[in-house]
Amino acid sequence: MEKLKIEYIDTDILIAGGGTAGCYAALKLAGKTRQHIMIAEKANIKRSGCLAAGVNALNAYITKGRTPDFYVDYAEHDAEGIARGDLLLTMSERLNKCTAELEKLGLVILKNSDGSYAERGTRNIKINGENIKPILAAAVYKLPSVKVHNHMNIIDFIVKDNKIYGAAAIDVQKPVLYIIKASAVLCATGGTAGLYRPNNPGFSRHKMWYPPFNTGAGMAAGMRSGAEMTTLEMRFIALRCKDTIAPTGTIAQGVGAKQINSRNEIYETKYGLSTPNRLYGTVMENAAGNGPCFLRTAGISAEQEIDLKKAYLNMAPSQTLKWIEQGSPREQNVEIEGTEPYLVGGHAAAGFWISTERQTTIKGLFAAGDTAGGCPQKYVTGAIAEADIAAEAIIKYLDALSPAKKGIDYQGIAELYKEQEEHFFHTSLKQFLVQDLEEAMQKIMDEYAGGIKTGYKYNEAGLSIAKREIEKLSILSDELTAHDMHELTFIHELKDRLLICLFLIEHLKARKETRWHSFAENADYPDKDNAFEEYINSRLQNGQIKIICRPIIKRGSHYEHNYQ
Amino acid sequence: MSITINEEQCIGCGRCSEVCPGTLIEMTAQHKAAILYPRDCWGCASCLKECPVGAVRFFLGPDIGGRGAVMYTKRNGSITQWIITKPDGTQTVLETDSRAANKY
Repeated sequence: MEKLKIEYIDTDILIAGGGTAGCYAALKLAGKTRQHIMIAEKANIKRSGCLAAGVNALNAYITKGRTPDFYVDYAEHDAEGIARGDLLLTMSERLNKCTAELEKLGLVILKNSDGSYAERGTRNIKINGENIKPILAAAVYKLPSVKVHNHMNIIDFIVKDNKIYGAAAIDVQKPVLYIIKASAVLCATGGTAGLYRPNNPGFSRHKMWYPPFNTGAGMAAGMRSGAEMTTLEMRFIALRCKDTIAPTGTIAQGVGAKQINSRNEIYETKYGLSTPNRLYGTVMENAAGNGPCFLRTAGISAEQEIDLKKAYLNMAPSQTLKWIEQGSPREQNVEIEGTEPYLVGGHAAAGFWISTERQTTIKGLFAAGDTAGGCPQKYVTGAIAEADIAAEAIIKYLDALSPAKKGIDYQGIAELYKEQEEHFFHTSLKQFLVQDLEEAMQKIMDEYAGGIKTGYKYNEAGLSIAKREIEKLSILSDELTAHDMHELTFIHELKDRLLICLFLIEHLKARKETRWHSFAENADYPDKDNAFEEYINSRLQNGQIKIICRPIIKRGSHYEHNYQ
Repeated sequence: MSITINEEQCIGCGRCSEVCPGTLIEMTAQHKAAILYPRDCWGCASCLKECPVGAVRFFLGPDIGGRGAVMYTKRNGSITQWIITKPDGTQTVLETDSRAANKY
């Protein structure tokens, strides 16, 4: 491969990433405006993003007799106070409205005899979420004002004077560079997987909790453009079924299985039941020599077992296959383990620093879903609630915008990107492949930045080594060779992850306390410190990552950026 | 965790290739689907459910307990049949119904 063809695309609103948040935003925007909308999706919107295999339940819902404040209380408590009250409340207020709209689109939700939704715990409802993504995609394809570009990978945002003008993208299959002219952009590219050495680094290296194809493209593009990020140090680590990395909540909540160690002792109550502590307990039991750890399923009924097998087919079929191949959950307990850490705004709070209206610190660039920070425990319904809020804000932004897309040299920008991309077709570094550097990055993060190897612990000395070595890999990555567009995409994914690693390392260094076990286990500072009851934010300034500390924003307040 | 595609059964419709969230499946010059990067498969089973003829076979990698069983699906309206065959030939069939919500 030698040359790239340049194609210009003119739109009003660009949605980067056609996952759950992106598709839902397109639906809402199309209902509110006649302006042109496009979705740029790296794969295909039918099954892209987190919900490719399906989802077992809706885990953010205001159940009967409860209020949005109840949900905010839960999320703030789980995050030990480092969450945005304004974002959580505005999200929680829309959870049920968004759920009703999902049902209207065709999502099957379990009902009680009186027609109300069947609840699972205090914040969850039962669904058949196997086809949630095809349902959303089908609704998007019906909209004449929305153009879907599948297999288009956003590589950068076009930003001038801190204002968005579009994006640059490459085709994953054909040798085409796209320059997208847009007046507003919604970043919905998801969180970041693949920073750390995974549980199964060999043949099944992609058998992970989070989609391995979510590589932080939008977040890294935002970082390069100077956008402010927040709470990256609150990593998310999932407690999963061993090997298949399938969910454990379905077993724990569905059949009431307790977490036990190999001595048959229930240990979960010893460490607390918050999300980080369920994981931390497992890490501690293993470290004490009490592992392996399990969910106690032995002895469940035959009916429970068949229901479990079916539930997993609808979200994580590998677990059902494993039960059939290796022994059923009725006969043997299900072994559990912690995954490698991920950066994800839907479970933890890592992502763009946004206003209450979901605008990033770059004017006209909005964020929703796993890429938007400060709003943990949003899950599926929270991601679409956020897309709903962002859609309204985008319309307001465009109404006030004049003149749009003027004063920008798109042709000059295209030539620069063409040169930058074609460079990877004739580079000098021949002895390393992209995946070699990816494995090196994951190993460094695992060993020195709190991966599985150290039981998620890290310290200043290790983080400094991680920083030094990741910087070296970043320089090497400029000289990697691509033979086709897919390989060029891999190079971008690696480069994005390396940049995100550098930001993450600075965040881990800056929070000199241990507020969340495992998620941010700072061995130099093993206790919680009230001095750090604040957000740790960051942005790129003159090529350096600058840390910014910001005070806590409470629910009920309205936060806007102070553009200077 | 990955898939294999039975070349003889594959009818070349391209649906698996279109839907893969990792763009890991390509159509060959002979109009057959082929997985480009077997180690990059997430195991979401989207391709499996798209295949109208059961040519896509899903299996666990040996590093996560795979011992040779394969799974494919057949679809009939809202019913999906999941057919699992072990190396000794024993078969298990499970059914899910897209109209029914999970009990858990």
